[in-house]
Amino acid sequence: MMWLKLIGIPVVAIGFALRLNTLLVVMAAGIATGLAAGMTFNEVLELFGRLFIENRYMTLPVILIAPVIGLLERHGLRERAETLIRRARGATAGRVIFLYSLVRQISIALGVNIGGHAGAVRPIIAPMAEGAAHAQHGPLPDETRDTIRAHAAAAENIGNFFGEDVFIAVGAVLLMKGVFDAQHIEVGVWPLALWGIPTAIAASFIMAWRTRVLDRRIRRETNATQGKEEA
Amino acid sequence: MTLVSLQTLYVIAGILLTCIAINTVKNRAHLRRVGTALFWGALAAIYLFGGHLPPLAIGWIMLGLVALAATRQITAPKETPVPAEQRASEALRLGNRIFIPALVIPATAVVSTLVLSKIPLGGVRLFDPKQPTLAALGLGSLLALIVALRMTRAKPRESLHEGGRLLHAIGWAMLLPQLLAALGGIFTKAGVGEVIARLVTDTFPTGNPFVAVVVYCVGMALFTICLGNAFAAFPVITLGVGLPIIVQQHHGNPAIMAAIGMLSGYCGTLLTPMAANFNLVPAMLLELRDPHAVIKAQAPIGLTLLAVNILILDFCVYRF
Repeated sequence: MMWLKLIGIPVVAIGFALRLNTLLVVMAAGIATGLAAGMTFNEVLELFGRLFIENRYMTLPVILIAPVIGLLERHGLRERAETLIRRARGATAGRVIFLYSLVRQISIALGVNIGGHAGAVRPIIAPMAEGAAHAQHGPLPDETRDTIRAHAAAAENIGNFFGEDVFIAVGAVLLMKGVFDAQHIEVGVWPLALWGIPTAIAASFIMAWRTRVLDRRIRRETNATQGKEEA
Repeated sequence: MTLVSLQTLYVIAGILLTCIAINTVKNRAHLRRVGTALFWGALAAIYLFGGHLPPLAIGWIMLGLVALAATRQITAPKETPVPAEQRASEALRLGNRIFIPALVIPATAVVSTLVLSKIPLGGVRLFDPKQPTLAALGLGSLLALIVALRMTRAKPRESLHEGGRLLHAIGWAMLLPQLLAALGGIFTKAGVGEVIARLVTDTFPTGNPFVAVVVYCVGMALFTICLGNAFAAFPVITLGVGLPIIVQQHHGNPAIMAAIGMLSGYCGTLLTPMAANFNLVPAMLLELRDPHAVIKAQAPIGLTLLAVNILILDFCVYRF
């Protein structure tokens, strides 16, 4: 009956396909998996509760940053970021986003965390990218604005993920070392960190390509709407 | 003793959430006042007293919160937005100074990571050594708030209100990262990983070294897509597929395998709604209409990087 333990995976797939509330889908998948593994209902809930408490730190950054960023937005942070970038020559949405992912990647590789969706992308990077596109092409259609924001969020993730492993003190490298230590296999932290470099470089090149595609897409979409207005 | 411990930050977050819950109760114009207030109140209680409540009670509270979310009882209040002219005139008044508080956060992170975390002050540590980044971030946001309040001459109430606006925009998705982490834990406890590792090795001809590499990288990505977390996938796929096949059977280099394997897992993280705090919460935070827009922007990057990882691993792991 070991296949029954995989029940959580179809529950998640079906739940997402039916567009049910994500929290509901996740909780149902957990309960189904726990029951399939022979736990009682209360045992599953207890495990859920304990793990939920242990992982409180995950939402902490957003909660703590919100009052500052909210206040600054109220006093024109986003508008200022847009104005600033409009004056820069040669700035495009794609270039702003690419530059951010590069800076993010290098700084995290040196062990310093400067970014975040709440702290950098929403208040500064996304408005700058939108400002650059606006300065170049005029008012942006909602769809284009959403695309620019989504790419800014993606740049944060890619810079963060593919720079991080190059720094040896980071959790991932220590986790890998721990797994090998438990198997009595001798692996140093330096090779683990160094072999993260080829992928980190590839990630920057792919971001460069992706953000150029973004710029072309913005040009196409803004031309299309302007064409409609003229006609 | 530590001055800025994780516990202090939990209490600050709890107080903040309590204020949001109270504001919601007082707001008579809010359509789903009760459900929304219960949601933020319960989250506040979890931050304030989480360590002291029995896990079973937390589990039942979560079940209640999920029911509230599923029946659409948690909503943002209707607000009259601040007029654009007012924001623009503030932007003009403050000029580039408006960036100072926003830069205080990363600046604190840099200084703390490089300097402060290394200085012990006679038994008193400034930061929790287990979570230095989080502690630095907490300290940074408090400093930034003080600077911002002085500069804008706003009342603390106002920052609370504006912070609430941001958190309301995220809404029930605030629970997702923790709930998904808990789901990952349940998968691990139930032994889902071992089943998948067996399924994978039974299905594919891993006697071929290239196939072994593909199975390992794609397995890391797929299992990360299911769990939303490469850290949870790594031990399972590495012990189930990587070590026995790539290292022991084909004599590959374990350091190269692990490094690229983990990064293949990250490619999976880019593709999955299960990695909520990277993919879904930002979509809410940026007020995108499509909750999966961030994943769609990342998908071509994730898939290309996965292919690149497979090529790098195949080229290097049996050679160095």
